[in-house]
Amino acid sequence: MTTPSPSPSPSGAAEVGGGAAQAGASGAAAGDSGAAPQEVTITLDGREVAARPGELLIAAAERAGVYIPRFCYHPRMRQVGMCRMCLVEVKGPRGFSLQPACFQPVANGMEVRTESPAVKKAQDGVLEFLLVNHPLDCPVCDKGGECPLQDQTLTFGPGETRFVEEKRHWSKPIPVSSLVELDRERCIQCDRCTRFAKEVAGDPFITFQGRGDHTEVNTFPDRPFASYFSGNTVQICPVGALTASAYRFKARPWDLEQVESTCTTCALGCRMVVQSSSGEVVRHLGVDDEAVNHSWLCDKGRFAFEASTAPSRRTHPLLRSDARLRPVSWQVALSEVAGRLRAVLATDGPGAVGVLGGARLTNEDAYAWAKLAKAVIGTDSVDAQLDDGLPAELVAGLPPATIADACAAKVLLFLGPDPREELPVLFLRLRGAVRDHGLDLVELSPVDTSLTDLARASLRYRPGQLVDLVRQLLGSLPPANPAVAAARDRLVAGGGEGVVVALGRSSIAESEEQTVAAAGLLRRMLPGATFLPLLRRGNVRGALDAGLAPGLLPGRQRLADGGAFATAWGGLPGAPGRGARALLEAAATGQVRALFLLGADPLSDFPDRSLARRALEAVELVVSVEAHPNASSEHVDVVLPAAAPSERAGTTTNCEGRLSPVGQKVVAPGLAWPDWAIAVELAAALGADLGFASPADIVAERARLAPLFAGVTSAVLAGTVGRMGALLPLRGRGPDGELGEWPAGATGGLERLDPMAVPGIASVESQGAPSEAGVVRAAGPVVAAPVGGRMAAGDDGPAALLSWEPPEALPATPPVDAYSLRLVAARRCYDGGTAVQASPSLAALAASPALRAHPSELERLGVASGTKVAVRAAPGRLELVLEADAGVPKGVAVLGAVPPAADAPGASALVRAGDPVTEIRLETLEAG
Amino acid sequence: MARFSPENLAHARLLLSLYPEPRSALLPLCHLAQAQDGWLTPEAMEQVAELVGVTPAEVLGTASFYDMLHTSPVGTYLIGVCTNLACLLAGGEELLRHAERSLGVAPGATTEDGMFTLEEVECVAACDRAPCAAVNWRYFGPLGPDAFDELVGQLRAGALAAEVPAHGVLSRVRRRRGLATTTEEVAAERRAADEERAARASAKAAEAQGSGDGGSRS
Ligand code: SF4
Ligand code: SF4
Ligand code: FES
Ligand code: FES
Repeated sequence: MTTPSPSPSPSGAAEVGGGAAQAGASGAAAGDSGAAPQEVTITLDGREVAARPGELLIAAAERAGVYIPRFCYHPRMRQVGMCRMCLVEVKGPRGFSLQPACFQPVANGMEVRTESPAVKKAQDGVLEFLLVNHPLDCPVCDKGGECPLQDQTLTFGPGETRFVEEKRHWSKPIPVSSLVELDRERCIQCDRCTRFAKEVAGDPFITFQGRGDHTEVNTFPDRPFASYFSGNTVQICPVGALTASAYRFKARPWDLEQVESTCTTCALGCRMVVQSSSGEVVRHLGVDDEAVNHSWLCDKGRFAFEASTAPSRRTHPLLRSDARLRPVSWQVALSEVAGRLRAVLATDGPGAVGVLGGARLTNEDAYAWAKLAKAVIGTDSVDAQLDDGLPAELVAGLPPATIADACAAKVLLFLGPDPREELPVLFLRLRGAVRDHGLDLVELSPVDTSLTDLARASLRYRPGQLVDLVRQLLGSLPPANPAVAAARDRLVAGGGEGVVVALGRSSIAESEEQTVAAAGLLRRMLPGATFLPLLRRGNVRGALDAGLAPGLLPGRQRLADGGAFATAWGGLPGAPGRGARALLEAAATGQVRALFLLGADPLSDFPDRSLARRALEAVELVVSVEAHPNASSEHVDVVLPAAAPSERAGTTTNCEGRLSPVGQKVVAPGLAWPDWAIAVELAAALGADLGFASPADIVAERARLAPLFAGVTSAVLAGTVGRMGALLPLRGRGPDGELGEWPAGATGGLERLDPMAVPGIASVESQGAPSEAGVVRAAGPVVAAPVGGRMAAGDDGPAALLSWEPPEALPATPPVDAYSLRLVAARRCYDGGTAVQASPSLAALAASPALRAHPSELERLGVASGTKVAVRAAPGRLELVLEADAGVPKGVAVLGAVPPAADAPGASALVRAGDPVTEIRLETLEAG
Repeated sequence: MARFSPENLAHARLLLSLYPEPRSALLPLCHLAQAQDGWLTPEAMEQVAELVGVTPAEVLGTASFYDMLHTSPVGTYLIGVCTNLACLLAGGEELLRHAERSLGVAPGATTEDGMFTLEEVECVAACDRAPCAAVNWRYFGPLGPDAFDELVGQLRAGALAAEVPAHGVLSRVRRRRGLATTTEEVAAERRAADEERAARASAKAAEAQGSGDGGSRS
């Protein structure tokens, strides 16, 4: 696993393979990287060009503007030299000879010819061979029009074939998974898909089988390519062999329009382009971003766009009358909400109003809602998290680390949910860091996760004992366990300098107190350590930064220090309000009478289903601003239909605090509005003017009032910062406070690191397609660019505007009950969430809710794996299928947090909000 | 019998112990599985995958590269008729046609009784006996139509059981022990070999003495 790759590692922070390096190089020149990289000079077609030592010839040539054709080379994967398309002439001691440019590191003085007759002949020959068995069914192939094989044959190929024999035939296409289909006749055996599966995803479920001209890519019989990352193989396949079921025969590349955007399905914020045809989103493609996703997307992020056009989609305002939600006009819906809200405010004051959710919103939407709630309604009981995350002040106040910092850490202490399930591409980044430079990963987890095999030490704790484990790990007594002792030495060396702590909630069946206390301990004992918060849902970080949290204002400011806002907004709530749990508790006892749900589904997402149900039943007015119905819908009185991703533009903030754009490509269906507009209209119905006529107005006010957003103007967002994403606060400002210029010659925007992996762009551009196609919108003035995750000039890392004071007292360790198991409730990638359930491609993948426990627990109970048992916990009883899993320690049981079907049993039926741990008892069911 | 029998599983573990990387035992384990069942059943490939720590797809990928590992069932006797150059010139094509008629199956197919699978193969390095055929990787030739039929008859009657290895077995020797051999054992083996060699030499000398009056043996 730790075998170094033979090439300069593509994910190394300093050496970026291929084109992405352009941004890095120019930025480095601007400032912060210390030692300037040495350069070598090579002669490329008679021209002297500079290259970096050890860099691959194909990448150096590309930066110098010479495109060497290729199929198998991918800058983010180990080179294999399989296809021979990249042959060029390199001068050696005995003159020029043909060498694969993807396998040849540059050396000083190297002489290279890329256009000589010998090279042309080689390219001709390779293409003629590749086409020998190729079916040439371009007219019915989805790839036609954006196909590297087509394009490169046209540019470099022979145009004639001498092969007159019968071609090889396979049945076409075959499904390799429910998401991906494979046409083996079109495959040119470049090893990109199979290499990705093994090397990047670690899921080698597709391999080359057979030999010679009978080589095929395939799975083992009846073992599909079940990987969370399978869609990437479709994107990087240089021919039409791999196609996504969701896109097959939906569009032609020359009809596609696209916009750069950011995935908001989870909080990682992978960069992508959204492509549409005839006004409908048909495809998401990953875009290479050195800081975040290294060009990959997970299948959930790639295919969840299907949800926007699901039949269940909310398209009209709905009002409950006679126990049913019925369509009404916006005006009726808004005046109904305003009227009932006024009544509540008149009798009980703003404290009786709460707002839950906001992770689905853009930053601008969230700002508008924060202003509506805190300034117009006057309530501070606003929470974007549903008691399933971390306190907002902790998230904003801990010394921050980026994803890149985590990958380059001296030691990465991982204390959170399984990243493959919750932040899938983060798993790829960490796996890559372990593979490429042996990242020292120490995992603290209650159960085995996808990181366990990658970690140098993986330490188990029983739910409720995390603090004990951290104390044991870092305390003054040397730990008895040698694994713990070794990990400790590496962690504490230098006061934790260089240590990154990835911090999240590994289970929502435990209250947050252990995680918070562990963070406090780590903060004190490793003063040099930085923290990467692992928040799970969409734009939750952005919502917190916009002030959708109790006690906070936009821009990581405390309500108490909100001077500028108090004046500008004309008043603020007097005292901090309630967080999600307190809000629902107050609602259940009648103290909160009106509740706004901003895409929140408390019945599914709040850890305690019974409390959520009692609260929703008690509240008089439940207004849901949503794009999809969910489990809580039956308690909703008014539905305000909201725009979904790709239906509105704005920005989003990922878990590391990076601001990046979300693009609009299509129009929201029916009468759905963007959330900011709903806030503005609702304010108007309440007789207030939020002062926003467009998101640009929000951007302007935010930049003026919130120090965190200083400099984040519309112009900056339209420029490189907005397009590439940037950590806040922006750095490298000029004397007047505006952002510095980029060095001359630099281009803005994300690079196409692998021109073949963002099909559509290169091919479509070169064919003079419709103006929108291939043109990334909003090219504006070029401004300072973030480099390696940071702004270039004068960067000393993002400052935290808020500092978090860890609690002094440590929570008591809950006593162990020998007759019970402690529940771990974690989210799975495919579960009952709306994004998955409303996307036909993904819904079927949701796992059934089984309880997993150590085999010995099943023995103790005398049942076989797969038996249904009764599970008792404080709030109630469930019947669940029990499965044996050796990866779960004794005394612990694991259950998915959100079950696939709305009322199937899930962990939240067993959890009591605020309990430090959830103890469950298993009983066999009476036979019959 | 698709997964390893207890003895074979024990042997598989011995093979695994020979390599620092379990993955290196992939091919030896495929040999073992094929020796057991005559071909690599899906269940066997899954078990090999478990044992060496790869996915079944990777086992299939490797196994399917090798012609001599079978990923679908074959008959008790696999007859490969060579049609490469030397055999072709000596009547290999005709032999193959005859074999098809005589067995009643096309190349790649298995007779209904499961006894024979016919294959057309490239040079098996028995050109001196062209046209030739390999039966479970033992070579027979030169084969005319009659000789072929006689060979098939003998195989059917079990007369060649001693010569032709059983179904699916690829190697002549089976490793009996792990890597750790003590120096004493090595010395003892050497002594035994030396003694054997000496015995053979003296027997030969005695024989040469006995047939001293000329006349070479046929
Ligand atoms: S299916 Fe596509 S990516 Fe995979 S080997 Fe074939 S051509 Fe390459
Ligand atoms: S990892 Fe998260 S942000 Fe990235 S594609 Fe998947 S769901 Fe989207
Ligand atoms: S051999 Fe160089 S790109 Fe394939
Ligand atoms: S040609 Fe038939 S064995 Fe060599």
